[in-house]
Amino acid sequence: MPPKNGEGKGLTPKVKGKNMCECKLSEGAKAKFAELDAFIDGLGINVKDDRRRGYLIQVLHKAQEIFGYLPREVQKHVADKLALTEAQVSGVVSFYNYFTTEPKGKYIIDICLGTACYVKGSETVLNELERVLGIKADAAPTADGLFSINALRCVGCCGLAPVMRVNGKVYGKVTPAIARTVVEEIKAKEANA
Amino acid sequence: MSDVTVKINGKQVSVPSGSTILEAAQKLNINIPTLCYCKDLGCGVSNKPASCRICLVEATGIRPRPILVPACATPITNDRVEVWTNSQRALNARRTVLELMLSDHPKDCLTCPKNQDCELQMLASEFGIRDIEFKGETNKFDIDDSSEAIMRDLSKCIMCRRCETVCNKVQTVGTLTGVGRGFSAKVGTASMIPLADTSCTFCGQCVNACPVGAITGISYVKKVWNAINDPTKTVVVSTAPAVRVAVGQEFGFEPGTPITGKLVAGLRALGFDKVFDTNFAADLTIMEEGNELVGRVKDLLAAVKAGKSLKDASIATKMPILTSCCPGWINFIEHNFPDLLDIPSSCKSPQQMFGAIAKSYYAEKLGIAPKDLIVVSVMPCQAKKYEAARPEFAPNGVRDIDYVVTTRELCKMLREAGINLANMNDEKYDSPLGESTGAADIFGVTGGVLEAALRSVYFMLNGKNLEGDAINFRSVRGLDGVKEAKIEVAPGLSVSVAVASGLGNARKVLEMVREDRSRFQAIEIMACPGGCINGGGQPYLHGHRDLLDKRMAGLYLEDANKPLRLSHQNPDIKKLYDEYLGTPGSEKAHHLLHTHYHQK
Repeated sequence: MPPKNGEGKGLTPKVKGKNMCECKLSEGAKAKFAELDAFIDGLGINVKDDRRRGYLIQVLHKAQEIFGYLPREVQKHVADKLALTEAQVSGVVSFYNYFTTEPKGKYIIDICLGTACYVKGSETVLNELERVLGIKADAAPTADGLFSINALRCVGCCGLAPVMRVNGKVYGKVTPAIARTVVEEIKAKEANA
Repeated sequence: MSDVTVKINGKQVSVPSGSTILEAAQKLNINIPTLCYCKDLGCGVSNKPASCRICLVEATGIRPRPILVPACATPITNDRVEVWTNSQRALNARRTVLELMLSDHPKDCLTCPKNQDCELQMLASEFGIRDIEFKGETNKFDIDDSSEAIMRDLSKCIMCRRCETVCNKVQTVGTLTGVGRGFSAKVGTASMIPLADTSCTFCGQCVNACPVGAITGISYVKKVWNAINDPTKTVVVSTAPAVRVAVGQEFGFEPGTPITGKLVAGLRALGFDKVFDTNFAADLTIMEEGNELVGRVKDLLAAVKAGKSLKDASIATKMPILTSCCPGWINFIEHNFPDLLDIPSSCKSPQQMFGAIAKSYYAEKLGIAPKDLIVVSVMPCQAKKYEAARPEFAPNGVRDIDYVVTTRELCKMLREAGINLANMNDEKYDSPLGESTGAADIFGVTGGVLEAALRSVYFMLNGKNLEGDAINFRSVRGLDGVKEAKIEVAPGLSVSVAVASGLGNARKVLEMVREDRSRFQAIEIMACPGGCINGGGQPYLHGHRDLLDKRMAGLYLEDANKPLRLSHQNPDIKKLYDEYLGTPGSEKAHHLLHTHYHQK
């Protein structure tokens, strides 16, 4: 990701107070936090053990699975639960491409740009998807919130190159036309739903 | 561990197995440049990420062929290792590394606050860099000047991560972290929020650790010049204890030499109307804090006598009492130990006591309004800037302390005005806020505040003064991070005390207090490892931590040379109570000299 100019002062809303995530939560969000807490409690983490940091990525994976993304409130909650600093959690979240602090679309399309897929033309697939959906890879989702595109490196089935994945379902040997069809099918399904 | 022999540039040296190439080279007095590496950032914590690669050397005996390795992080474990620190290959590699680093650096050295005090600049000079081969994209970030104390300009960051180490490992504040990855990686706060909104204590140890100009203090020097030159204002200045033993090194004196008289002369030459001493307020602090300590000890004894267990009695009587002079430490407890906020002494810090007295007692004496009296303090500290801006220290919207300048900033002001302290004759502080005792001088070093308090507490409990060598409480001296002692303050009455410097050590002591409130009765805490002599506004150590020993020795020398060494003997303090405050702990004293703390 390119450096975001202007990060830092002024551009992030000021958030004060220790337990801000507790105050104005919808019922849905409360249930999500409860689910995350149940998962963390199940790990049996000893907050006095220095090795607790080892659980962080696992917990963040679960949190992103539950919330869809990792906003600051969720990071702060994880930090409190694991007795880590918010900065430690934020540092890990910012390091891994997989973690996102922005909401993603309902359908997450992964396009593999690993060597094998790239050689087999995955870039043309990506270009077509970006054109059809009107969004960029690794950026904000479509305006209707249905789609976002992730560019990633190797899904682990290079024999099927080029590979596309929609919410975890793998499509092998895709062409721009196949990708377009998949998107249109989803759109039709959602329109009828 | 067994020793190994290594040959560096043809010279042989024997070192314990596992020593790094850098350590072996230092033993031979062979200089290898370093940048990210720092042997001791405080409390013995080193920074050794081996990320900058400036210390590359060529070595055989590690792999079959000669290879380039970072000297700071490559251990020597066999006798076959041979190292060349200045082979063509090593020099070229280092030059490439430095040029790459400089290719993503603003190179605005002329206007950088770290000009002439920057380790990157020194390396560029030593390497004789004239042209940077690499031209490419550069990182641009907004400057974070959201706080009153610390400014971060990430465009200048070289990712040595010393600040991150000092913030997390030494101070355990946990504000800074590595953010992002690859070219856009930077050191930032959680979610890159402004520093003012984090749990930063503004201790300024990151400022001291930063080898470049990425983290510096927010400067109020221009405002001070404007005030000095404003004919409608009376401008007074006061100097913190630790300043007098640190300014000298910037003017060619042996580091640690107290040059109090020359400092006073220099400040007068700058144009301040009166030159006062924060030491005066340190003596005042001892009167109030000593009184508070004696009161709480008496309450504790009474509660125990009434049948309470020592633990319950300690909780009921707000024991142990914690010193409250250090604003970095106060920020730390407000952020991290909200459950213990009732136990720090309610005394304001000497800086704020000084401001409160200057703007009331002294302004009344002069017959001027508080807003027309500008109070500047010279501090070894960044957190003092934050403290001075706290709303509770601005009665009716008029700040008690208008501006804070650090020791470093004062040196620059003196240079700008063409004043060399080495050429000044000794002068004396002005009256009535300039007189102080030896007890006040040692406020600038870890253990000093407690020692000063004990000297006067002894008098308050026994009605007589300590004499001879008994005045020196050696068990609380020294630069150790945590010191514990049992001290007899009156016949048959001993108190357990602890002294911690460095916020990581403070955390340890506070956790002990949380476990057992009766373990100690009095605790002194300073945020910076070693105390104010190592404050975030002091002249840079550049890795020479022996300077701290010298500054400490300077303060104890200053104390030993004073005719009066007990705070309650200060004649001007006595006068202040007689004329204005009444007695320690009086209603007026409480109104002017005490404060309260809030969870953050």
